Amino acid sequence: MDFNFIIHCLPLFVAAAKLTVTLAFFGIALSLAVGALCAVANYYKVPVLKQLANAYIEIARNTPLMIQLFFLYFGLPRLGILLDGKTCAIVGLSFLGGAYMAEAFRGGLVAVSKTQIEAGLSLGLNRFQLLRHVVFPQALAVAVPVISATAIFLMKETSVFSIVALPDLMYLAKDLLKEGHSAESNFLLVISYLVIILPVSLFFSYLERRFRFAGFGS
Amino acid sequence: MEQEILIIRDLQKSFGETPVLNGVSLSVRQGEVLVIIGPSGCGKSTLLRCLNGLEPINSGEIEFDGKIITGAQANWNLVRQKIGMVFQNYELFPHLNVMENILLGPLKVQKRPKAEATEVACGWLERVGLLDRAEAYPRELSGGQKQRVAIVRALAMAPEIMLFDEVTASLDPEMVREVLDVMLSLASQGLTMLIVTHEMGFARAVADKIIFLDGGSIVESAPPDIFFANPSTERARRFLNIFEFDEDKKLGVS
Repeated sequence: MDFNFIIHCLPLFVAAAKLTVTLAFFGIALSLAVGALCAVANYYKVPVLKQLANAYIEIARNTPLMIQLFFLYFGLPRLGILLDGKTCAIVGLSFLGGAYMAEAFRGGLVAVSKTQIEAGLSLGLNRFQLLRHVVFPQALAVAVPVISATAIFLMKETSVFSIVALPDLMYLAKDLLKEGHSAESNFLLVISYLVIILPVSLFFSYLERRFRFAGFGS
Repeated sequence: MEQEILIIRDLQKSFGETPVLNGVSLSVRQGEVLVIIGPSGCGKSTLLRCLNGLEPINSGEIEFDGKIITGAQANWNLVRQKIGMVFQNYELFPHLNVMENILLGPLKVQKRPKAEATEVACGWLERVGLLDRAEAYPRELSGGQKQRVAIVRALAMAPEIMLFDEVTASLDPEMVREVLDVMLSLASQGLTMLIVTHEMGFARAVADKIIFLDGGSIVESAPPDIFFANPSTERARRFLNIFEFDEDKKLGVS
């Protein structure tokens, strides 16, 4: 192992990691928003929106992210819509992630018992108040494990962003591989992903524990 | 004689093809305590649930405070603030502590000032002996404590009528008493209550009137001393006998 090479490359990896983290952060945040909206549309059986949400979920979950990115980056320009690499990456990740997050939230929502809803109704809560104060907090607590698994999955999916010409970790590693030093490059690549994802994973475990012990299991 | 606060006229309700309530008519006066008894499946829980709109009715009407609350213009969110309900399985919100459970309705629905609502809540909690548990989460409470909190949660809305749907049916025997005592004290204070229960001793003690429901109709309606001593219908007699037989069996076993 050539440690000089590793030290020399480290700043490059830090820069690439920053990009990966930024894209993942926005992608996951948007996924959560899209997922929550789809799940609520589904839960309340909002006409039209429900069907649209379901169609979207099926399309997004059953196509690879790489193909989705190809479409955004190479397909859309032919329709006159030009998106830069970063936008493509964030839109693509949210498109994929939103569908998985929708399923995570859906699982949480159906877990809230009908009798809890009746208890909320009997206090005179309207539909929005019921969702906000009774249904959603309980659904979220149930959904946290799946949400965290999805978030970690999405962070790893960022490794295909290099196909839209983004200088992320995978892109950098591939570049360095061409110049030899394959052991060092691969080592740095693995370490970088670990350094990024491990804290996220730990954070979500913490959230899970907090939610689980925040008053559940009556 | 106090005025009638709730009038039910010819209430019909069915689940699909199965009729559950076949024309129930009944009126409740201010401050009156009605205990509804009857065999399981007779429609007593459904009757209560129709009164606050948890079950839509098929026909008939319900008049509350001089206004018809059923039909096209029904505003259940408004009615439910005045008709409180307590459930068999407590249904406290597990993610909120005792005080948050109690304040949810007064603050979010009634938009009352927090200081005033908290004071009211503390007063009720003290009355049911749970003021020191205000910060506890439902999972930290016993069944009897949960049910007392659930009663306070409904009372904190300052309802005009309270509905109790088999509120002691899920409790261990030694916890039944603490909940019934709270209800007895509410009754003596003049709260209008409709109670569905299988606790015959309690029914006798608390009720101004017993409603015996069977097959979705009111079979008998009488003051408790008359009803329990001398039920006028054969069906009511048979129903009451079941309980005595149960008592004998329990004695025999122990």
